[in-house]
Amino acid sequence: MTSRRLILSHSAALIAASTGLLPPSSARAQAGKIRVGLMLPYTGTFTQLGIAIENGFRLAIAEQGGKLGGREIEYFKVDDESDPSKGIENANKLVLRDKVDVLIGTVHSGVQMGIQKVARDTGVLSLIPNAGARAATGALCAPNIFRTSFTNSQPTRPLGAIMVAKGHKRAVWITWKYAAGDEAFEGFKEGYEAAGGVIVRQLGLPFPNVEFQALLTEIAALKPDAVACFFSGGAAVKFIQDYAAAGLKGKIPLYGSGFLTEGVLDAVGAAGEGIVSTLHYADSLNTPRNKQFRLAYAKAYKMQPDVYGVQGYDTGLLLVHGANAVKGDFNNKAALYKSLESVTIDSPRGKWTMSKSHNPVQDIYVRVVENRENKVIGIAAKALADSGAGCKLV
Amino acid sequence: MDLSTFSIQLLNGVQYGLLLFMLAAGLTLIFGIMGVVNLAHGSFYMLGAYLAYALIGAFGSLTLAVVVGGCMALLFGLLLERLLFRYFYQRDHLDQVLLTFGLIYIFEELRSILWGDDVHGVPIPELLSASIPLTDNLSYPVYRLFISGVCIALALALYGLISKTRLGMKIRAGAFNRDMAGALGINIKRIHALVFALGVALAATAGIIAAPVSSVYPNMGSQVLIMCFVVVVIGGIGSVRGALIAALLVGLVDTFGKVLLPQVSGMLVYMLMAAVLLWKPQGLFAQ
Repeated sequence: MTSRRLILSHSAALIAASTGLLPPSSARAQAGKIRVGLMLPYTGTFTQLGIAIENGFRLAIAEQGGKLGGREIEYFKVDDESDPSKGIENANKLVLRDKVDVLIGTVHSGVQMGIQKVARDTGVLSLIPNAGARAATGALCAPNIFRTSFTNSQPTRPLGAIMVAKGHKRAVWITWKYAAGDEAFEGFKEGYEAAGGVIVRQLGLPFPNVEFQALLTEIAALKPDAVACFFSGGAAVKFIQDYAAAGLKGKIPLYGSGFLTEGVLDAVGAAGEGIVSTLHYADSLNTPRNKQFRLAYAKAYKMQPDVYGVQGYDTGLLLVHGANAVKGDFNNKAALYKSLESVTIDSPRGKWTMSKSHNPVQDIYVRVVENRENKVIGIAAKALADSGAGCKLV
Repeated sequence: MDLSTFSIQLLNGVQYGLLLFMLAAGLTLIFGIMGVVNLAHGSFYMLGAYLAYALIGAFGSLTLAVVVGGCMALLFGLLLERLLFRYFYQRDHLDQVLLTFGLIYIFEELRSILWGDDVHGVPIPELLSASIPLTDNLSYPVYRLFISGVCIALALALYGLISKTRLGMKIRAGAFNRDMAGALGINIKRIHALVFALGVALAATAGIIAAPVSSVYPNMGSQVLIMCFVVVVIGGIGSVRGALIAALLVGLVDTFGKVLLPQVSGMLVYMLMAAVLLWKPQGLFAQ
């Protein structure tokens, strides 16, 4: 009998532990470790991005003494696989099972929608280091959700004015037909038409199709002044190469959201030279702050940082700022959010502030590809904010 | 759309279709002759592309990369068949799906360990790097025409092998009735191993040859896998001729769909598949 009772009491304890019937985290020692959850892609197409973000984040924390408001940090990691169908489940693993104080993630906008739901339901502090889905700081914004990257339409908004200034008033737009592509187009359209440009044709192909030949033929037949696009990663490499191979390079200038030329310049080689793009960062940004960051990152990880590393780094800076303001007491939510809202981040990309809908108000740079590097040739927009349309905090 | 644009788009469609055929041929062979559902087929394509990246980097020659890579893929196929697939011919399709789905993950992980997760470009050989001017501002890359040439040569070679040679006769006999063929003294096990290895080599070779225009990147196999299955289903399972016709059909529908009906271009190919299945549930050229 004793042994059976023992088993019963043990399993009761197990069930209690696994279903979260133990005292909530707030009741546990205030001086204990801060629980930081990282929900990032560690496998699949976006693996590099997830690693860069974590590297940047940890670098920022390490530079600030390795603690948050005087408290030690305990990390919890979940690989989100960039799989939207597991978004809610994975976010719940961190929030309900691991009881994290802050959830950091993620890259893929679809997965972000899962995190968004969990963050809104549970009220856990959520920091977005990349995903640019407009809704995250728009219709679905929340007091506990902050973004350190961009909205999808932010980098492309100032692109049109630059094209018109160069005399390219008739453009073809091409992208993948999915949420991020559509939002990038909206930003481009607004800026280009306001500057007096005309979009001759909007071309698109289903995500993640990379058979561009038919559309390139169409571009050649339309004979626009310029082409503007939104692609990234492997597709960007193929698009840039196909564009050159079709003989369009040098005849019809190619412009793009800056993601087109991030992390792909070695792969595309000469085909990439001369592409003009707009983004909130450039590796070659010639400021002491950026140089110091790049040196520290290269020393720590034996590799060069990219825009994703910067976004992770800024997420770290933001969290440290908030934690210091409330001296590590993450339950003092009003004060915590207030400090995060009023922050000025001294980022490698330049100083930026938080908009009312919790998205960076930041400079967008114009870059041109020269010798396989994005060279900054100017600022396309100073302190550009996303309207945050639909957000109740605005 | 004027006549010149139309004919260039026609060329685009045929060219894409031929590349799809090269990929789908191996799948339909393995599926039709041995009844194995091979979801890992796209991974062989990806491994081929990464082999091209590694071998062209090492030798600096595409020809050498195709020969060495093709042979490596053939050996790899034989090994896989001997160690794994041999035990799955008689098993349920679900078991085969589970096995090959697991293989996708293993191959992706291997790829990550061997070559990392970066996107890589593969240079087009000097000899084929030119472009032919077609209109005043559009040129056609010679390498794309070269791919089409290779695909046509391969289609002819496959046709010859299956319908004109003794080996082809044995393969067909084995597909028709494996027990009877075995009873007549044909070594069915060896035939199956050979066909499987051939299928793997075809997919890998397609990857090697396509690498300079597609670039190599993680997960590249999963994108082509779905198209391959569409081609195989439309063409009729196991029919190489059906795969060729279906691939050309899919290539043309995809190309003209993107230009003429951009709103639904993502669905058109699948609508074509649904229509064919309604009309001929076994596919166009079912055996």
